[in-house]
Amino acid sequence: MTRADLLIIGAGPAGLAAAIAARQAGVKDLLVLEREEASGGILRQCIHNGFGLHRFKEELTGPEYAQRDIDLAADLGIRIQTNAMALSVTRDKVVSFVSRQEGPRQIECGAIILCTGCRERSRGAIGTPGTRCAGVFSAGTAQKFVNLHGFMPGSQVVILGSGDIGLIMARRMTLQGARVLACVEIMPYSSGLNRNIVQCLNDYDIPLYLSHTVTDIRGTSRLNGITISRVDENRRPVPGTEIDFSCDTLLLSVGLIPENELALGAGLNLSAATGGVLVDDRFETEIDGVFSAGNALHVHDLADDVSEEAARAGRAAADYLLRGGQKRQMLSVMDGRGVLGAVPQKIAVPAEEDVRVRFRVDRVYENAYVCAHAQGAVFPRRKHRILTPGEMAQAVLPKQPLSLAEGDIVISIEGEKER
Amino acid sequence: MTVVTCIACPVGCRMGVETADGAVTAVSGHGCKRGVEYARQEAVCPMRIVTAVVRVRGGMPLSVRTASPIPKKDIFACMSAIEGIVVNKPVTMGQILIEDVCGSGVAVIATKAMNE
Repeated sequence: MTRADLLIIGAGPAGLAAAIAARQAGVKDLLVLEREEASGGILRQCIHNGFGLHRFKEELTGPEYAQRDIDLAADLGIRIQTNAMALSVTRDKVVSFVSRQEGPRQIECGAIILCTGCRERSRGAIGTPGTRCAGVFSAGTAQKFVNLHGFMPGSQVVILGSGDIGLIMARRMTLQGARVLACVEIMPYSSGLNRNIVQCLNDYDIPLYLSHTVTDIRGTSRLNGITISRVDENRRPVPGTEIDFSCDTLLLSVGLIPENELALGAGLNLSAATGGVLVDDRFETEIDGVFSAGNALHVHDLADDVSEEAARAGRAAADYLLRGGQKRQMLSVMDGRGVLGAVPQKIAVPAEEDVRVRFRVDRVYENAYVCAHAQGAVFPRRKHRILTPGEMAQAVLPKQPLSLAEGDIVISIEGEKER
Repeated sequence: MTVVTCIACPVGCRMGVETADGAVTAVSGHGCKRGVEYARQEAVCPMRIVTAVVRVRGGMPLSVRTASPIPKKDIFACMSAIEGIVVNKPVTMGQILIEDVCGSGVAVIATKAMNE
């Protein structure tokens, strides 16, 4: 068994940002494991523009955004082992992994940052009816085929789900010569960015069917058609509203699930709201010296936010290694009215700095306030013209009132006025 | 009047843009100032960055983009030009692959590096 002070699992945007921050904070013995053949994670296949507007004040494509961190990591001499897949993590921080070059290996680690990303919900997870024919892909799989391998998965396409990946793929398939017949969304609103509705659907006259879902999938060996139906307020299909489409491809863009098999194996608990592990304001999990960041912790909309959070996890891991773990008094962060999956779930007091809590809202709110309440402390509230489930919201808790808080901190949405 | 959906935030204001002889005379319906410039551009000549992949001799596809936005009406002509080329390795990130794509004066550049 070999040893590493810090092991980071995953070399996507989170793993890279965490590694860079940890090295800059003084961690010398650091290894990053990546199961793919190259670093960059999901950004490798996200060839569209729109990355880096916050962090670099430039509009980059996914590969360009990733390359900035890959180059910086290389300049800092950070070791990234590709084609190396972590198989297990134990409570006492022993990581087993396997690589083509070295076979199975074990590493004893001083600290670990889990940056394992997320995966797509599949057909089985949403219980679509119909036959089990070929031609039903997750949108991200289609994206990988088209952008990394140069294969088109089909020519007549319907997309279920209007999240950003689905919208991006509607445009991508159209530009590559496919005909995208419809984008179908079960909710009465799209969870994608307005920008993507306009520039991926409207630009190409692709109709968006809100409050609709797929109610039949037909085909023997290959998909040859689907049926969609309108749904009522309880998301149940309404008989008599069926529309048939002839198509050879159905892309599913129906949500992302944090990938936490390694965390579960180590005995960590997952949040029902986020699907990620529970962390404190330093992104440390319930196991001392094990941290989590990126889409493995909770699914983000922006790579920029992932990099920012993961860098904090990297600095915290460095601090843990260089100064040792400290016992700190913790307050719980609770989801109040309208709030789902606030991260972090614990905040140490007295606070070391302002703490940013990120979460999603449960529906669309207009002219509402993001509030935080705790006994003993008064937090500033912030008004938002609009809050939608498709865009991650945040509450910044300033260091000063935070240090006065004595009980649970409840984040909530309040004061909504009718337009 | 041209109707433009704002992309600056999730509100998605529907803005009306009045034009006369190809020049914008009035913008209405905007909830704040952020989308006004976008609306003026959209009504006269919408512009987009185009991203795609090109074929590489003896290699996997290479991701590319236009170096800056091109007129929306030229997107499919731009895609045809991109599909028409095959590049040789090695390629550096930012390398110009097409000097002036379909007369827009804009280059198509590589968005990743590819070694031999």
